[in-house]
Amino acid sequence: MDLAYTEAEEEFRARLRAWLAAVLPGLPPKPSPDDWPARRAYDTAWQRMLYDAGYAGLHWPVDAGGQGATPTQHLIFLEETEKAGAPYVGANFVGLLHAGPTIAAEGTAGQRARWLPPVLRGDEIWCQGFSEPEAGSDLAALRTRAVRDGDDYVVSGQKIWTSHAEVADWCELLVRTDADAPKHRGISWLAMPMDAPGITVRPLRTPAGSTEFAEVFLDEVRVPVRNRVGAENDGWRVTMVTLSFERGTAFVGEVVACRRTLDALAAEARRNGRWDDPVLRRRLGRLNAEFRALWRLTQANVGESERTGGVPGVGGSVFKLRYSGARQELYEAAAEVLGAEGAFDLDREWVLDRLSSLAYTIAAGTSQIQRNIVAERILGLPKGR
Amino acid sequence: MDLQLSDDQRALRSGMRDLLGAVFDREALRAAVERGGTVDRGLWRELGAAGLFALRLPEEAGGVGLGLPEAVLLFEEAGRALLPGPLVATHLAAGAVEGAAEGEAVVTALEGGGRPVAHLAEADAVLVGPGVLTDPAAALSGSGVRAGSGALTGEALAASVAEAGPVRSLDPLTPLHRAEGIAGAAMGLARGSEAYQVEGLAGAASGLAGGSEAYPGALCREGALLTAAEQLGSATRTTEMAVQHARTREQFGAPIGSFQAVKHLCADMLARTEPARSALYAAALTADPVEIAAAKLLADEAAVRNARDCLQIHGGMGFTWEADVHLHLKRAWLRASRWLTAAESEEILAAALGPSSGPVPPLYSGSAASG
Ligand SMILES: Cc1cc2nc3c(=O)[nH]c(=O)nc-3n(C[C@H](O)[C@H](O)[C@H](O)COP(=O)(O)OP(=O)(O)OC[C@H]3O[C@@H](n4cnc5c(N)ncnc54)[C@H](O)[C@@H]3O)c2cc1C
Repeated sequence: MDLAYTEAEEEFRARLRAWLAAVLPGLPPKPSPDDWPARRAYDTAWQRMLYDAGYAGLHWPVDAGGQGATPTQHLIFLEETEKAGAPYVGANFVGLLHAGPTIAAEGTAGQRARWLPPVLRGDEIWCQGFSEPEAGSDLAALRTRAVRDGDDYVVSGQKIWTSHAEVADWCELLVRTDADAPKHRGISWLAMPMDAPGITVRPLRTPAGSTEFAEVFLDEVRVPVRNRVGAENDGWRVTMVTLSFERGTAFVGEVVACRRTLDALAAEARRNGRWDDPVLRRRLGRLNAEFRALWRLTQANVGESERTGGVPGVGGSVFKLRYSGARQELYEAAAEVLGAEGAFDLDREWVLDRLSSLAYTIAAGTSQIQRNIVAERILGLPKGR
Repeated sequence: MDLQLSDDQRALRSGMRDLLGAVFDREALRAAVERGGTVDRGLWRELGAAGLFALRLPEEAGGVGLGLPEAVLLFEEAGRALLPGPLVATHLAAGAVEGAAEGEAVVTALEGGGRPVAHLAEADAVLVGPGVLTDPAAALSGSGVRAGSGALTGEALAASVAEAGPVRSLDPLTPLHRAEGIAGAAMGLARGSEAYQVEGLAGAASGLAGGSEAYPGALCREGALLTAAEQLGSATRTTEMAVQHARTREQFGAPIGSFQAVKHLCADMLARTEPARSALYAAALTADPVEIAAAKLLADEAAVRNARDCLQIHGGMGFTWEADVHLHLKRAWLRASRWLTAAESEEILAAALGPSSGPVPPLYSGSAASG
């Protein structure tokens, strides 16, 4: 056990800090959350800056276009960019944090060469077409069909809650390639170009009023067979790789962001006098313990993945379960800090975040599903109903 | 940067687990309960010989020369096994109170705040107040406070014990005495009692009205950290007990662990334990007061809540004297009131928030000391 960083890691941190301090002041203002094309442009421009400076795909393998950095360096990257207030991955989320790593782990050399560099350069945006109206938690119940026709699959069905679908170039798509096989066995993982004929994207509005995600209708969409990652009907295994990246690493930077928010809440409470309320003060103190512990848990998980290498383990479910709850507690406390006069004002910071935080115990596998995973796959309790 | 245990640390931990398995098995635990938790002097000396108390004394002073992270691992095992006795206070007194390091002396602590004192009647010394010990190693070398000067011993101790009334203890493994009697005697030693000082934090933390005000910072912090380690060990153990029972107990023709309501209780137990563990190990490495407060808060919660959930999963059997789970719960409750309470921890953690809180120990410090 030690918390010391190596000299090389400290150098990396210092270099990154200096770079961030130099470039961040020149960034344009953040676009409105409702303006998807502007958001895409902003997020991909940031990705391009990272790429040009040598910070894109830090922890990806070198032969996948990455920098081959250690998980610890990646952690430092997430920590420093968040602390400096750098832009969030935003529209690059799926490509960088789970589709890309999945292709790097499971794709052929050709697939890696085709798809990974544009993700790193910020040229292409990915979305995730896993969930369907009748297959959310029970993901393997998906029904979208892919029928082979020569060198293509012909895909028909419907996906839902597809984040960033409006502006995505590619979709990591789960399809059923064998309708007769047991439900986990007949699935394949495809990369679908979003401009293919037969795709209709219909934005859905969230309770926050924004169009974060969409319904995607697929009507005889032709997807080349060579776009399949992994073997035909072996898509469930590939999906597990994707989900472990999603749960294992995708929220790490956000813990740092929550720490910043907590500091800001304390500052606001001191300013507006609510700090004198010991109940609220102690509540913020408890959240401090929570986010510190989540950060330390992240460090522990990173240390472990550095030992074992590769795909994050199911321990990500423990993190996801606890983090999603803590985030909601944070914004409940924010409403207390804002008080009745501020908590309903959409122009105030944190008001919409309180609402958005409710998605965290649903998206990427609900808390109930995470508990099932922890109980069955970590604690070894029997499967059941 | 790696919060995983080193091979040496793993070996140390499993050595302690083996030792406790041999000298403090379930039979010994139940015998300790029958004795009302009084200290088994023979066992105490064995723990001393194994280095539990002298672990952090320098080798030249007859100690083991290890640090807080290693101490935390051993105390985690002690908590797991529900080992009774004033383990933390005796460990803190090693090097300053004669015989403590070797397990020849039983040393307890007066924490003030109206809290009863544990194991008073059998104690050879009671730590009382500021200047007791700054750093055991420094004390030995003469730069700290001389051994024994802040510990009540001998006649003074005997007189105050005679005055202190016993408390019928909720925890059958921890005999308790009302503290007033010895608090009076201690006054002479503890002049100008300092508040619990969190260096670098002004205001809120030092103004705390709590039980731990009787000790200077480092001692209280280490007491809180080691107690948190015992709590973590207990939380880990009750999770294992719950999972074990859920796998084997059948109802409705199936193991109860196949029912989701039970599964989710178990999953939440692990989700309490693991963040607490990471916080604890980090706190042991940094010895940072705010990190220690976080570790104590989360470990207390994990120990208490996990014991309650474990009891629930054991059903009616869990609510019997025969089952060990009530022993875990009672000690977890008691430890939660020791060194740093939830209220104190939360105030320390709150004081460390925000830009206006003065010099806060850096959370993401580039290179923290490794214990
Ligand atoms: C903001 C947001 C963004 C999203 N982005 C994407 C995306 O980009 N791509 C994508 O594919 N999907 C996305 N999703 C979908 C998300 O993955 C699903 O909503 C989620 O997996 C839950 O599925 P569901 O909505 O069908 O709920 P259901 O599965 O119908 O669940 C409803 C309730 O029943 C509970 N439940 C269901 N099954 C069980 C069980 N076995 N045991 C106990 N409780 C159970 C659930 O926990 C939940 O409380 C997104 C969702 C949100 C909210």
